[in-house]
Amino acid sequence: MATMLEVKDLSKKFKDAEAVKNLSFTVEEGDIYGFLGENGAGKSTTLRMLLKLVKPTGGEIIYRGKNIQNDHNEMLRQTGAVIEKPDLYKYLSAYDNLSIFARLSGMKPQRSILMEQLDMVGLASRAHSKIKTFSQGMKQRMGIAVALVHSPELIILDEPTNGLDPQGIADMRHLILRLGKELRKTVIISSHLLSEIEMVANRMIIIHKGEKKIEGNVAELLDPSNTLVELQTTNNASSFLKLQQSKWAKDMEDRGDAIRLRMSREEIPLLAASLNEMNIGILSLRPRHSLEDYFLSLTNQDAHVEPSAN
Amino acid sequence: MWSLLQIELYKISKRPRTYIAFAAITAIVLIFQFAFKADGKNYMNLMLQSAGDTFGVDRSKAINGYFMCYIILNTLLIQVPILVALVAGDAISGEANMGTLRLLLTKPVSRAQVIIIKFIASVIFTIALLVWMAVMALFLSMLIFGTEDMIIFRSKGDESQILQITKDDVMWRYLAAFGYAAVALTVIAALALLLSVFAENSIGPIIATVCIVIVCTVISNINVPVIDKHVRPWLFTSYLVGWKGFFYIATDSENTPIKGSVENWPAIRNSLYILLAHIGIFTGAAIYFFRKKDILS
Repeated sequence: MATMLEVKDLSKKFKDAEAVKNLSFTVEEGDIYGFLGENGAGKSTTLRMLLKLVKPTGGEIIYRGKNIQNDHNEMLRQTGAVIEKPDLYKYLSAYDNLSIFARLSGMKPQRSILMEQLDMVGLASRAHSKIKTFSQGMKQRMGIAVALVHSPELIILDEPTNGLDPQGIADMRHLILRLGKELRKTVIISSHLLSEIEMVANRMIIIHKGEKKIEGNVAELLDPSNTLVELQTTNNASSFLKLQQSKWAKDMEDRGDAIRLRMSREEIPLLAASLNEMNIGILSLRPRHSLEDYFLSLTNQDAHVEPSAN
Repeated sequence: MWSLLQIELYKISKRPRTYIAFAAITAIVLIFQFAFKADGKNYMNLMLQSAGDTFGVDRSKAINGYFMCYIILNTLLIQVPILVALVAGDAISGEANMGTLRLLLTKPVSRAQVIIIKFIASVIFTIALLVWMAVMALFLSMLIFGTEDMIIFRSKGDESQILQITKDDVMWRYLAAFGYAAVALTVIAALALLLSVFAENSIGPIIATVCIVIVCTVISNINVPVIDKHVRPWLFTSYLVGWKGFFYIATDSENTPIKGSVENWPAIRNSLYILLAHIGIFTGAAIYFFRKKDILS
């Protein structure tokens, strides 16, 4: 696959802080590229630099082989974006908003195309309602419609599930997957939740305090052969002793509130069966990836990674 | 560019606040017209008395459409900057406040284009406001009060003066005065637009514009030699009411008004140059700062 976007040593220094430090990454054509980092890691600043909203203090952004420093518009013509909240003109209708942003993107909007776009995000029946009457979820979908109206090849979504209810999150996830798989778009999506990135992205980067920590293929990074399983039982101490006598003893650790075991993903059902045979009362059995631990160690959260909303 | 301008004008036309200005002008003009219809003669007597009428002005004809428009403009053109600031001060900051600025700027449109379009849209709004003022204050007054020769009361230093312009010599002066007012109000629009670049809600730039206009107007009117010489000539507020110059008719050696003349063309021309320079500086600064600005809203 061809490289669509190459970022080299991108930096942004605000007066009092360095938000992004020599960040480099590559987005291939057709990628759903996950941008993972805790709040304040520099995700939004990086995406804003890609979109010309924030001026880099250093580095290069290369789009389709061309440095866009002097002509950003070529990239913007081929890009649709929702940055943070999808704010639109509240006093205008959904149709009017879509029409305005289509024209700003350089297209001559036809009614059929605009209605088709609204239909895709499930808002055709509300085409002539003012945005101020929309729920957060509807606004989010409307933001996606605006981002897609000129049929861009690259879509940038900054925390697209923020503020959505569980159903809204699920709908958004399906929409992103559809963009990548059915419509063959390249998508860059940022989130502070690994679970969210894991479910949609094929490649990802973790940034922390403005620096790249890791980048690569999601499947490889999540490494199913080295899954950490966190086990909570009715009596962790006695369960630990029992497990020490079993084949699971080789990579095991008693953490007090839980027992941690390391195994491949396929072995997890076998562990559950063994626990049953040993009459160990299971309170919870939760697989975690090494990447998840790594991410948590970066973000300094406690034992639990934030679960996805559904 | 044309498409961008159409979009901008469409957005302005759809905002309820746009019509506040038109409603305010309508209300003020109607109140004036009602007041003068009801009690104009007393006002005229008072003015003629204090001006020491030596013309033998026909008081029954003195209150006419042309005179009414002059009186209304005299009052309104001081307040209109606030109405212009309402729209121009909201141009960028309003978009930042709504969150649409970041979406707008992710489109293939340069920031300079955005400012230029917002500026042109503000100018069009200002002109629309002045056209509405002309309709209400001039044409409606002509309809209600009729047309006669125009009387103007002028304070010149410590003296009061009465000027008389024949009715066939008035219309072009109004056209020129409205043109001049459009330039003067465009300075306010450009200033509000510049301040709008720095803010993320529209209240700030609107209030700041009004405050600057008030402060500069006060400075423009302070009679202190050092300010008169070094400061006042450079303040745009010193020229906001320069439109009156078109009604200061020149007179011959026998003090007879010369039809089609104005007393001081060079002063009007210089005022226009200074106002245009301010428009250029404010708009240029708006482009410069907006191009440098990081959009973090």
